[in-house]
Amino acid sequence: MLLKRLTEANGVSGNESEIRKIIIDEITPYVDNIKIDVIGNIIASKNSHLSGAKLMIAAHMDEVGLMIVSIENNGLLKFRAVGGIDNRVLVSKHVVIGENKINGIIGAKAIHLQKRNERTIPLAMEQLYIDIGAKTKEEAEKNIKIGDYVAFVSEYLEMGDDYAKGKAFDDRVGCAVLIEILKHQFDMPIYAVFTVQEEIGLRGATVAAYTVNPDLALIIEGTTASDVIGTDSKYYVTQLGKGPAISIMDRGMIANPIFNKYITNIANNYNIPLQIREGATGGNDAGKIHLHKEGIITGVISIPVRYIHSTNSVINLKDYQNLIVLTKLFVEEVSKTKGLKI
Amino acid sequence: MQTNDLLISLTEKSGVSGYEQTIQAQIAEIFRQFTNDVKVDTLGNVIAKISGIGDQCRPSIMVTAHADEIGFMVSKIEKGGFLRVLPIGGVDPRTVLAQEVIVHGREDLLGIFGAKPPHLLQAEDFNKAIPLDELFIDLGMDEQRIRELVHIGDIVTIRRKTIPLLNNHMAAKAMDDRSGIVLMIEMMKQLKRLHINADIYVVATVQEEIGVRGAITSSYSILPDIGIAIDVTHGDMPGVASDLVFELGKGPVIGYGPNIHSNIYDLLVKTAKDENIPYQIEISQGPTGTDARAIQVTQAGIATGLLSIPLRYMHTSVETLNTKDIKHGAKLLALFIERVDKQFVEELVCY
Repeated sequence: MLLKRLTEANGVSGNESEIRKIIIDEITPYVDNIKIDVIGNIIASKNSHLSGAKLMIAAHMDEVGLMIVSIENNGLLKFRAVGGIDNRVLVSKHVVIGENKINGIIGAKAIHLQKRNERTIPLAMEQLYIDIGAKTKEEAEKNIKIGDYVAFVSEYLEMGDDYAKGKAFDDRVGCAVLIEILKHQFDMPIYAVFTVQEEIGLRGATVAAYTVNPDLALIIEGTTASDVIGTDSKYYVTQLGKGPAISIMDRGMIANPIFNKYITNIANNYNIPLQIREGATGGNDAGKIHLHKEGIITGVISIPVRYIHSTNSVINLKDYQNLIVLTKLFVEEVSKTKGLKI
Repeated sequence: MQTNDLLISLTEKSGVSGYEQTIQAQIAEIFRQFTNDVKVDTLGNVIAKISGIGDQCRPSIMVTAHADEIGFMVSKIEKGGFLRVLPIGGVDPRTVLAQEVIVHGREDLLGIFGAKPPHLLQAEDFNKAIPLDELFIDLGMDEQRIRELVHIGDIVTIRRKTIPLLNNHMAAKAMDDRSGIVLMIEMMKQLKRLHINADIYVVATVQEEIGVRGAITSSYSILPDIGIAIDVTHGDMPGVASDLVFELGKGPVIGYGPNIHSNIYDLLVKTAKDENIPYQIEISQGPTGTDARAIQVTQAGIATGLLSIPLRYMHTSVETLNTKDIKHGAKLLALFIERVDKQFVEELVCY
């Protein structure tokens, strides 16, 4: 199962080796050329010999996580976040540290030992630490070093009616969609880019856009869904089960109206549910790519993800299937018309 | 099964207070490997009796550990099918965000305690712990299907696979007090090799987390000369007073204070010293938060002892202990039991 393989692998921003190997393994049979650039992006191409408009489809490999910053005398490890994490989801969780995937847990003071008012105040990052079972600093240092990356441990499991839970759906779903697309033949030059360091400021996409220099770019993302009890519907952003989402605006890009019209037409023609991302927070690789050189027409299609950036996110698998179908149709259409013409 | 396998097998099962049937069935099965005399009482306590040797008037010793764990009960099915829950036992809501759970409806359903995405949080949100009544469980299912499968009153268990750590440490949910059950099982293995005078009652109690209720009824029916509760106590961690916590791996913790009969305390300490078993001492100024609380005041009174396993992060899903403490505790308890004779029991009232 591709999503299981991709989400259970680790790749915290700056440390994407493990997920990169898996993706290379998955795409090798289907592409003409694979290049890893100096920052770690995978740039895979198909039909690069063909003339005409060049399409770049991109998804980021990296995920949010933690990094060890100090080892205490008692063998406990202090850490900081890599990417945007709500401290409050870290408490009472299983993590793995470093290349050897040393098991660790993030504990919390027993409720019996807390003062009443402590329970109303969340635990700050400074109060949390990782316990690997080491009793001394020396012992911990045999297994861990400062700067080691820490990833969440979360099994990919299907749940309910066509839903799945796991970590890193943002943006391994995008990676999975790209892998599925690469299995097909299209009549135009296509560059599939699996970027690094999206979560810490769209770093990989910045240089990948320079290398590929596309005429048209499509970003496949995981985006916020807060369609849950306790959130006012005006803050849902997206809803699970209502199909892939197109952006109108976020912190990095005002959506291209031509692209949005194009993708909406395809969705309508083929009866694929499509929703509009009703929010302007967040950002993704498109924010950098669309500003490349004189500007690149760039579109974003996203899968809605509940509890994003946490150890247990939830997606709808029909949204995932629809995202694959819609992306494939989009690439077919632009292949036919040699670019984004409507 | 070896200690670690037992711990994994027992902690990963569900047994929320009042709903211990599944875990108790498994415990009863394990107890039957040591004796044919295994009973289940009205509340669900599992009681195994191992008869001693010698004359008819033997001392009786009851050893208890509780099988139940903290958890939740479904209190409301909201629009959209999101579940609201009530706590069963002392749950810190700060430890359940983005946590996997199993909802025991018509069938077992995987769910997640939802959390707002960080992109939507306001600055003040980060300073507020979300109370349990604002948390919800997401089952990824249509509301109508959820209403068919889940009912108010259904039980919810935290889902956690046991995590092995360095140095014989293990992290899991429900180490409180399945580790005590494992200690009792290990103790029974040791008893086989010893010359035991007393009749031993090994009891897996229910409903400890909501007020030591299983211990009340089991102690009444067994009415032993001596009752020893096996539970967990707080492991050392930063930010907690050092007299309240105990080091992991430094041995089982022998309880002392008004809840404990001093002869039992003395014999536990003496046994540990004589047999070179590491131990620590916990001083409690009043009734302890364990089965010992109920045992001591059963009927006309029972001489009570307390042996605890140091446990970090109690009542979270990553309760951490050192398995050596369980093994040392089992050995200490078995050798203590070997030393109990009629004279020791008679002297319990010689104040």
